[in-house]
Amino acid sequence: MTASRPSPGRFAPGTFTPRPGRGDLGRMLATQSSLELRLALRNGEQVLLTLLIPIVLLVGLSLVDIIDLPAPRVDSVFASVLALAVMSTAFTGQAIAFGFDRRYGVVRRLAATALPRWLLVAGRLVAVLGTVVVQVVVLGLIALALGWRPGGGVGVALVLVLLGCAAFGALGLLLGGTLRAEIVLALANVVWFVLLLGGGIVVPLATLPAGLATVAGLLPSGALAEGLRIALAGTDGSLLQPLLVLVAWAVVAGVAAARLVRLT
Amino acid sequence: MSLPADGPPGSAVTVRGLVKRYGPSTAVDGVDLDVPAASVVALLGPNGAGKTTTVEICTGLRRADAGEVRVLGLDPAGAPDALRARIGVMPQGGGAYPGVRAAEMLRLVAACSAHPLDVDELIEVLGLGSCARTTYKRLSGGQQQRLALACAVVGRPELVFLDEPTAGMDPQARRLVWELIESLRRDGVAVLLTTHLMEEAEALADDVVIIDHGRVVAHGSPAELTTTADSQELRFRARAGMDVTELAAALPAGYAAAEPAAGRYVVQGRIDPPVLAAVTTWCATQGALADDVRITRRSLEDVFLDLTGRELRP
Repeated sequence: MTASRPSPGRFAPGTFTPRPGRGDLGRMLATQSSLELRLALRNGEQVLLTLLIPIVLLVGLSLVDIIDLPAPRVDSVFASVLALAVMSTAFTGQAIAFGFDRRYGVVRRLAATALPRWLLVAGRLVAVLGTVVVQVVVLGLIALALGWRPGGGVGVALVLVLLGCAAFGALGLLLGGTLRAEIVLALANVVWFVLLLGGGIVVPLATLPAGLATVAGLLPSGALAEGLRIALAGTDGSLLQPLLVLVAWAVVAGVAAARLVRLT
Repeated sequence: MSLPADGPPGSAVTVRGLVKRYGPSTAVDGVDLDVPAASVVALLGPNGAGKTTTVEICTGLRRADAGEVRVLGLDPAGAPDALRARIGVMPQGGGAYPGVRAAEMLRLVAACSAHPLDVDELIEVLGLGSCARTTYKRLSGGQQQRLALACAVVGRPELVFLDEPTAGMDPQARRLVWELIESLRRDGVAVLLTTHLMEEAEALADDVVIIDHGRVVAHGSPAELTTTADSQELRFRARAGMDVTELAAALPAGYAAAEPAAGRYVVQGRIDPPVLAAVTTWCATQGALADDVRITRRSLEDVFLDLTGRELRP
């Protein structure tokens, strides 16, 4: 028995005549990162994590005296909330999205196209930066409305934010790229919560118990938040330690991610 | 044997002695494979036979432990980026961002190629127009498969790898995919597809390579595989309980006879007029009339099951 061959009726002759070639790298990067940015801003849970919770904390902690803070409260709260926003986007949101993207096979799908591997990672990080830009603008406008006034520390604050993106972004890729999606989801949320309260983000290092403050100062959360408080709220302290701590985390996590991240 | 650096001329894929191990188990154990330019080759085998691993090595997603592979004249492990600009791949089960819309995903893959097909037209012709704005995780299995297929061909590649392209599709969608594969061949695209559907291999492939436990157990055109000498059968009905050993002895060497159900007999081997005469004559000596005599060629499925066994695979 010979099965009859299907007729190619639906597809006009020449439709698939080969014309291969790699697309333009800039266009690939723009298409991928803008798609990932749209996906992040469309995802309700991500928006809750990256925008709504930081906004509620910024307004709430500025207006309500729950934690002992120097006046004007908004300066210190804005610094803390910026650190939270960076951690939420670059680490928690990124790890969870990466874990589920791997589960749904997108990383493998894109690895089989002409998209180079470095661009696959660069596209994700550009999308993270895009989200952080949205966060900085929205949170900055709300802080202005609450009475914060930008001073000389804004430039240093932006450098800290970028270093925070690098350190947390590498950690997010490392977590999301090595474990199963459900475990990533659970761990990323637990770490977010622990660092929020005990990692030097909402509670300044000076208010934490001494031992915990030392540990928190060496964590990317404590380093970023304390650095931003020094830069934006005039908290006493040297910027050297926060900068060095963030660089160290970015390098160590970046190297580990490059070696350990799996595509499936 | 060593391959020319850029592979044999006229060959899209050449694989010699491919070996891949995962820990103690050997997934691919000395596979040879050829996909001539502008032809369709089906890699047929049960689950776990080594089909996907072979494809993943050819596309540069995995590295071989031994053997030689040339794809479009390139070594996939040595020049993965140069190769991926010229091939299209449909990974098993597709792949996309869970929250991405179908058209967005295809547009992203199209952006990776220099001269892609028109995304909207491809979406329409593959019957995805009504779900172009549906997110990937809400698409049905068959719709996800068609999107994955669109992603494999949108870049106008010279060679397409399709890993189980019709898994989970209804018959209409499968027919559409078959038409598409037929069109690819017509337009000069080489296709390597994996399947465990005999019907699919028989309908589409110029060559079929049957693989099991990581080894090639048979290869040839569907016609060659189903018309080898021992792939014919003579079936007849007669009085139950005749001695089939005696029947086989009455035939030339190499023929097999069996009574799979009471009163139903099967003789396997090349069925020519003398053999037919010998069978009916032998029945006469038993005082039986051979009734309902039929000569059939075995299907590719029979060949496949004989070669790979009938037990269930995990």
